[in-house]
Amino acid sequence: MPKLTIDGLEIEVPAGTSVLQAAEQLGIEIPRFCYHERLPVAANCRMCLVEIEKMPKPVASCAQPAGEGMVVKTQSEVALQARKNVMELLLINHPLDCPICDQGGECDLQDQAMAYGRDKGRYDEEKRAVSEKYLGPLVKTAMTRCIHCTRCVRFLTEVAGVPELGMTFRGEHAEITTYIERALTSELSGNIVDLCPVGALTSKPYAFAARPWELRKTLSYDVFDAVGCAIRIDARGNQVMRVLPRVSEDVNEEWLADKSRHAVDGLLKRRLDVPYVRRDGRLEAATWAEAFAAVRRGFEGLAGSEIAALAGDMADAEAMFALKLLIESLGSANLDCRQDGAALDPTVPASYRFNTTIAGIEQADALLIVGSNPRVEAPVLNARIRKRAARGGFAVGVVGPKADLTYRTQHLGEGADTLQAILDGVNPFADVLAKAERPMIVLGMGALARADGARVLGAARALAEKTGMVKDGWNGFNVLHTAAARVGGLDLGFVPGPGGKGTREILAAASRGEIKAVWLLGADQIETNGLDRAFVVYQGHHGDVGAQVADVILPGAAYTEKSGTYVNTEGRVQRAPRAVFPPGEAREDWKIVRAASEVLGRTLPFDSLDALRDALAAHAPGFAVRDVATPGAWAPFGESGALDAAAGPFVSPIRNYYMTDPISRASPTMQACTVEILGETPARTGTDG
Amino acid sequence: MLRDEDRIYTNLYGFDSPFLDAARARGDWDDTRAILVKGRDWIVDEMKKAGLRGRGGAGFSAGMKWSFMPKGEGPLPHYLVVNADEGEPGTCKDRDILRYEPHKLVEGCLLAGFAIGAHAAYIYVRGEYYNETRVLQRAIDEAYAAGLLGDDACGSGWKMDVFIHRGMGAYICGEESALIQSLEGKKGQPRAKPPFPAGVGVWGCPTTVNNVETIADAPTILRRGAAWFADLGPENNNGTKIFCISGHVETPCNVEEEMGIPLKELIRRHAGGVRGGWDNLLAVIPGGSSTPMIPKDICDDVKMDFDSLRNVRSGLGTAAVIVMDRSTDLVAAITRLARFYMHESCGQCTPCREGTGWLWRTMVRMESGQASVAEIDKLLEVTRQIEGHTICALGDAAAWPIQGLFRHFRPEVEKRIAARRADAKHRAA
Repeated sequence: MPKLTIDGLEIEVPAGTSVLQAAEQLGIEIPRFCYHERLPVAANCRMCLVEIEKMPKPVASCAQPAGEGMVVKTQSEVALQARKNVMELLLINHPLDCPICDQGGECDLQDQAMAYGRDKGRYDEEKRAVSEKYLGPLVKTAMTRCIHCTRCVRFLTEVAGVPELGMTFRGEHAEITTYIERALTSELSGNIVDLCPVGALTSKPYAFAARPWELRKTLSYDVFDAVGCAIRIDARGNQVMRVLPRVSEDVNEEWLADKSRHAVDGLLKRRLDVPYVRRDGRLEAATWAEAFAAVRRGFEGLAGSEIAALAGDMADAEAMFALKLLIESLGSANLDCRQDGAALDPTVPASYRFNTTIAGIEQADALLIVGSNPRVEAPVLNARIRKRAARGGFAVGVVGPKADLTYRTQHLGEGADTLQAILDGVNPFADVLAKAERPMIVLGMGALARADGARVLGAARALAEKTGMVKDGWNGFNVLHTAAARVGGLDLGFVPGPGGKGTREILAAASRGEIKAVWLLGADQIETNGLDRAFVVYQGHHGDVGAQVADVILPGAAYTEKSGTYVNTEGRVQRAPRAVFPPGEAREDWKIVRAASEVLGRTLPFDSLDALRDALAAHAPGFAVRDVATPGAWAPFGESGALDAAAGPFVSPIRNYYMTDPISRASPTMQACTVEILGETPARTGTDG
Repeated sequence: MLRDEDRIYTNLYGFDSPFLDAARARGDWDDTRAILVKGRDWIVDEMKKAGLRGRGGAGFSAGMKWSFMPKGEGPLPHYLVVNADEGEPGTCKDRDILRYEPHKLVEGCLLAGFAIGAHAAYIYVRGEYYNETRVLQRAIDEAYAAGLLGDDACGSGWKMDVFIHRGMGAYICGEESALIQSLEGKKGQPRAKPPFPAGVGVWGCPTTVNNVETIADAPTILRRGAAWFADLGPENNNGTKIFCISGHVETPCNVEEEMGIPLKELIRRHAGGVRGGWDNLLAVIPGGSSTPMIPKDICDDVKMDFDSLRNVRSGLGTAAVIVMDRSTDLVAAITRLARFYMHESCGQCTPCREGTGWLWRTMVRMESGQASVAEIDKLLEVTRQIEGHTICALGDAAAWPIQGLFRHFRPEVEKRIAARRADAKHRAA
């Protein structure tokens, strides 16, 4: 524990701490461009130079480990002059285009130039110009502005594990480039825009759209996957302009996946902004009164068993709870929040949570991934696995689809038979798990949302118990969800009641005409063919699959437009506030259900969001505790029975990462990503050409 | 004046064969085992006593460097890396060692490798040295065949392998940490220090990087004893050194001489004197292109060793003496060097990447006289903004030649600017 003095203040820091970090602990900020606490140290910008006694030259504080008895001066003549010198050199080839630069107002170089820049340039020679690079539909370049800090290179190489950027050429001619012109394929590429300290890399969809000081910032949570990343929603007027990550050490550190960041332009397209009622086979705009009247007619005289409700992947807990109460009060037990029919056991929370927690991945020493491709199902979580893998001593086995997960994996097999082999100890990976001190398993929806899902779940539990994944202070059993609403729905019991039907049976019963009315709460990922015979109420925000089969459409609010609670895959209850208002006639979802309950004569016992939340917390006490990962208590779950290859290989539920839900399917940016990154040609419509 | 019997490199001019039989006749590989059995500590200690300062330019004590390596066999292998990426303009000493005295280097690899606990040595040879690489490879093959290298090198029981790695022609790869990066297959860019290579070097393992001449000196020093070597040259600047004399002399040459020989004596005795006589001398760059030049009045009596040259605000560097007579356009010469450093800057850190181009562009106008006198101070300020602010020494190397020029010849440049102004005014009239 070296003790050093910085600007006259003494501090003791752990060995290996850099001078810059030590200064930060004292509240002394040293300017920097290339240094970033989550990236490897490059020490190339030279902005963080400080004076250290007994050292002949100014020292880059980001790369200098704190030493015993060091006397550091961050504000001395030498240090300040060194920074001014570096700043001048940084600016000589940097264009003076701040007025047209998207980074303006949130630019590190601009800010530091205020502190260390000269009032007038001394550089009379010609400035360097660098040709623009094409990095795909998300990242816009203005490479003349680049100051070669290599944060983007280090991020993609070390954190994202997709080393597609590098610095070519030397000296003045050095350029950050992909070398072969093509789009970045990382699902985390948007983060390099945040990391870029200047305006060299900016957001392409957000180009010239707004200035940071015009934006209203709302601290919220992401719902495009089940990770529940902490985000900041920047809105101007009633429009979400962009989404940025914010720091949440336990969940996303400070990264955000591209879909979560860029799909928000889908919030402006294909919106359901007025109620619709189907008349003579056609959906026609209606008033709320007409829509509710239609709902009443549709539900009139139906027995409870003829009614069902399905909740979608982005539903907030409040709406699901309200709908659950309404449907139950109508006498029905046909409820499900598992659109894909995943065989999750709602009675044992430990069976459907990411019990290790995301931060806990860093403590694990062996990992078995079953039926999941975390790179597309939860890119930020995958980055955490990669972070652990990069430290070494971490065997990763994969049973399921072959995919480049950005770290080294052993592909053990494709289907359930391989899992059985590991359980039986036939597969050598069984040894790896048994020998590991803190092994973990990640079970994806690709393994659970199939006919033998319950047996796969049971086998995974058996494996976890057999290899010592569950013990004091460690629970290595994890389910990785793809839907933000899923854990919340299971927690509050949006699942079949006694004698009730699950998703598959509901759809089957509907096609047989046994179920006569179905309420879809943003459920779009279902096979809708069977719903033709039933009366369908679609409550949601986008005119997607579910809306097309609806008899009544009740326009709801998207996640940015309502205050809603979501539970992430770890069981972390997070409350997202409203950032903007729903468009047109659309309303917050719990209010719609509450209003419908009155129309149906089953008035729900709350008339404010607070009252609803109190009722929810009383019903499921977990909802009273927010922002903590809550692993469940261990108990038996899943079915036993041998697994074989008959059910076919595990397949990740996500085929196209960029389009997985109503919002991203409506997003032009995600459409562009699909075409330019995945190389898929867009589906042609009848009006094309 | 070095006596013939004190020469280390007796085949520096290639009059004799470079290969094993001839090398043995010259004394190489003479009972190397006897040195090895004295042990690792003895070798390091002897090298410290000999006071051999690194011959690559920085002049850091070789024995000291070897002693920084972790003791004993740790979990990580140790490596010896020999820097044969000789790129400093004016320098060509390593080349002659590679092609005429390769066995001194190979034997040095064994001794140095043993002393630092390394079982493998990588010789990073400048890419342009193709024929030299072939000679060196043949020498290594001979050594293996004769049992001098390999699993039981010289019968000592020590396993030693020597590999050649060819560079691709980047000056910066001569910087030790950039060389390590390049050796690892990465882009040749210097690493931030600390950590130093002795802790984290090639593939993250403890590594010692030494110049060819340093390593090739070692066998003779260990064979003849530290006292012999320490006796040569002034205090703290011990031993002999190969000087590369080029430029405006009658007979440019490489020559091994005692450290501390007067510059004038060196040029007169070995290079046939300055073209047109000593009085025709204008300035000398004494240690390769990155050392500041010294004018004739300093050359008159300066001695060629690390400390003497540092005292006249220059440096011994690689001991590449570039002689410039009165016909030389010094500004043009330094402008060319500025362009070289701009071209060879790796582009990693700000001051050097941005500053070297600025220096060159200003120097171009200085050369033609188009600059203003006020710009001289700006130029010097920029050199000081680069110097000492960079990751590696290339920034310093780019700054020093310009500082040297203006330290001694500023009036010449001012005169040139004034003449150009007068001429322009005259023409306008």
